[in-house]
Amino acid sequence: MEEKRTGMETHIIGYRTYVYVWCALLILLGITIAAAKIYFWKYSVPINLFIASVKALLVLTFFMHLKYEGRFLKGLVFITVLVLTTIIALTFSDVWFR
Amino acid sequence: MIEKDVTEKNLETQKVHGIDYMGKKIGMWFFLFTELLFFGGMFLLYSVYRYRFPADFHIAAMDENLLIGSVNTAVLLTSSLSMALSVSAVRRGNKKLSALLQVITILFGVVFLVNKYFEWTAKIFNGIYPNSPVLLQYSKGQILFFSLYYVMTGIHGLHVLIGTVVISVMVVFTLREVITQTNFSKLENTGLYWHFVDIVWIYLFPLFYLIT
Amino acid sequence: MTGESKIMENETSEEISFYQEKGKYRGILAWLMSTDHKRIGLQYLVALMSFFSIGIILGMIIRLSLIAPGKIMSAQTYDEVFTTHGIIMIFLFIIPGIPVAFGNFFLPIMIGARDVAFPRLNRFTWWLYLTGAAIVALSLFIHGEPPDTGWTFYAPYSIRTQANIALAVLGVFVLGFSSILTGLNFITTIHRLRAPGMTWFRLPLFVWTLYATGWVQLLATPVLAITLVFIILGRVFGVGFFDPSKGGDPILYEHLFWTYSHPAVYIMVLPAMGVISQIMPVFSREKIFGYKAIALSAMAIATVGYFVWGHHMFTSGMSDTARVIFSFITFLVAVPTGIKIFNWVATMYKGSIVVNSPLLFALSFIFLFSIGGLTGLVIGSLAPNLHLHGTYFIVAHFHYVMFGGAGMAVLAGLHYWFPKMFGKMYRERPAKIGWLILFIGFNILYFSMFVLGYNGMPRRYFDYPPKYFTGHLISTIGSWILAVGLIIIFANLIRALFRGEKAPANPWGGKSLEWTISSPPPPENFKETPVIRDISY
Repeated sequence: MEEKRTGMETHIIGYRTYVYVWCALLILLGITIAAAKIYFWKYSVPINLFIASVKALLVLTFFMHLKYEGRFLKGLVFITVLVLTTIIALTFSDVWFR
Repeated sequence: MIEKDVTEKNLETQKVHGIDYMGKKIGMWFFLFTELLFFGGMFLLYSVYRYRFPADFHIAAMDENLLIGSVNTAVLLTSSLSMALSVSAVRRGNKKLSALLQVITILFGVVFLVNKYFEWTAKIFNGIYPNSPVLLQYSKGQILFFSLYYVMTGIHGLHVLIGTVVISVMVVFTLREVITQTNFSKLENTGLYWHFVDIVWIYLFPLFYLIT
Repeated sequence: MTGESKIMENETSEEISFYQEKGKYRGILAWLMSTDHKRIGLQYLVALMSFFSIGIILGMIIRLSLIAPGKIMSAQTYDEVFTTHGIIMIFLFIIPGIPVAFGNFFLPIMIGARDVAFPRLNRFTWWLYLTGAAIVALSLFIHGEPPDTGWTFYAPYSIRTQANIALAVLGVFVLGFSSILTGLNFITTIHRLRAPGMTWFRLPLFVWTLYATGWVQLLATPVLAITLVFIILGRVFGVGFFDPSKGGDPILYEHLFWTYSHPAVYIMVLPAMGVISQIMPVFSREKIFGYKAIALSAMAIATVGYFVWGHHMFTSGMSDTARVIFSFITFLVAVPTGIKIFNWVATMYKGSIVVNSPLLFALSFIFLFSIGGLTGLVIGSLAPNLHLHGTYFIVAHFHYVMFGGAGMAVLAGLHYWFPKMFGKMYRERPAKIGWLILFIGFNILYFSMFVLGYNGMPRRYFDYPPKYFTGHLISTIGSWILAVGLIIIFANLIRALFRGEKAPANPWGGKSLEWTISSPPPPENFKETPVIRDISY
């Protein structure tokens, strides 16, 4: 059971890993600004949101340690995002079809 | 190995002090879930109104200053780095480095807020603020865009402000060794909060600054 | 209140009850500053019962004004009365309800723990509740009108009305934050503080419902919070998210509001079902039928309940697609509910039934909640809903589930756990008499509303045409009978507080952990952490 682990066994992430992640984030920031300037027409929203999600995932996985947490916590994060997404989707079942 | 020594010390701390490290951590994650749903309501409004008024949003977004927005994004991302590093530092027993990194995080947070102040005052100077006579002349989609802008960046900014205050308290705790190598939940949880606030901005940035 | 110990089970002669524990503070501060979950739970209970009484009085006033055509108060005042009745009953009584009173008191004990995961947060949560209540009270009495929008605060009226909406809504916001933190505390407690051997499928079913409820509190309440912020921003700064002249959409308000307020009804009813699950096996002298199904159905109700909110909006102007989807999912949520009802009844089969007051209240829950639930299916269907929305049929439906359901469960829990909490026994005969009168009054009061609503009587109207007179007259008389029943019930319990016989540790023969410690419990709950080998409820 996950309660038996104190959780303090999670290893300490090295300084270098954090810096690499930060570089990746800045690069992605550059990409997303450049992508916005290109005229993608109706794809610009999904593309920018996709890049934002990659950045968010990097922050979640490394800065927030989620990579080193148990399946339980990872599952909960996923479920919470799913709940929010479904609420928005169900609202759109009204807005889109009115 | 550093990890093994620290682990044994941690387990002992837990036994001696009855501290439930895992419990405190998941408690903080649960709080962040509520924050996600809280901001989620605002993102829901944004998505509905953006769907309804795509052209108006596009035009209104031209008022945004891409440079300040991009700088602010880079500032928050870097502040997340310094925050994460500060937790690693305290876990390695490096109290002074950790405190320094926390102070750097606070400074980045202040820079973000100062930039926000300039952005807001520029808009207000141009007569664009909720319910202003100027704004009410605009088309409906544009009114909504600017209302959403103020509300979403405002509530986000409030969270940044609260975060900088909390981190300041953590600096004091770190220097006074309330936060230690084996008892660092307060700092780690503050870090979780700060990263979450960063993630919210990661989504706000494209939605307000990159849709022209 | 005595706390003198007797030598029995877990006790020694030096053992004191939690009432006698001496801490840093004296007098009322010893209670307000306490982080003991038992003291916090009792304080909540006192607050809840006080607000419930005020809510009942407001309800009686509503019924009085509707006893015949004509009016005894202005339309404006009538709006304020039913609004305040709703705000108090929902946000100050039934949503905090069972979790903050019985959950706080019994959750740690039932899992073999000393307290909740975050005791100081628990105390802060209690203070938040008091603060929220004070702000709501302020909105009623301060300069300006009390809120008049209905407890649902629909835009655009809530943005435009001259009443003290911003203040009232701020109070509800604070109360919501209190609710979120309670849920957070309970979920963490159940994950982290279970005694050795207390595996998930050995948990009492009440704990399962507190767990499911905690998730609803955690994920749904923030949506209400932001919606309330939008109202305040609309009133104070003119932000027009729900104002069509500024591009806004009032239906979006309803979406956001009900995205919380539907799951909220599961916050009200899931812990109530948990209480019933505790009581049924004890008074049938049988194991609960289908433990796992009941436990998992609580999770299923909590999950599916997130996605049905549109059934409050069928006549709002939503798309047909949305209406069909929401109606379909609404029917789904009835399935796990039905499983519970079936299993409770099955528990009684071939049992040795002990007809004491806790069982009577539990049985009336099953009966009344079923009526409420079945009528919920009627209005969950699109076609009948068009006719019945906004009528007294709805009012009857939700009073059957919230009062006949959750309210009865509060009374059931009160009678079941009274000896444990207070160390005294109440007299059984007045409890039964009070119950019977309450039950009769309840059905007269609310069943007539089904008929009224079906015949077209709209809700929230301060007056009506003569053809509805008979129904309203009968309903109001029912409210008087109900009030008599409540008075008998509470007089009996209050008398027992001062003059009741001393209660043993386990007057009912219950199997969950709270019955293994003294009545009232000692400060630390258990002398030693219990180790669970086997347990069957």
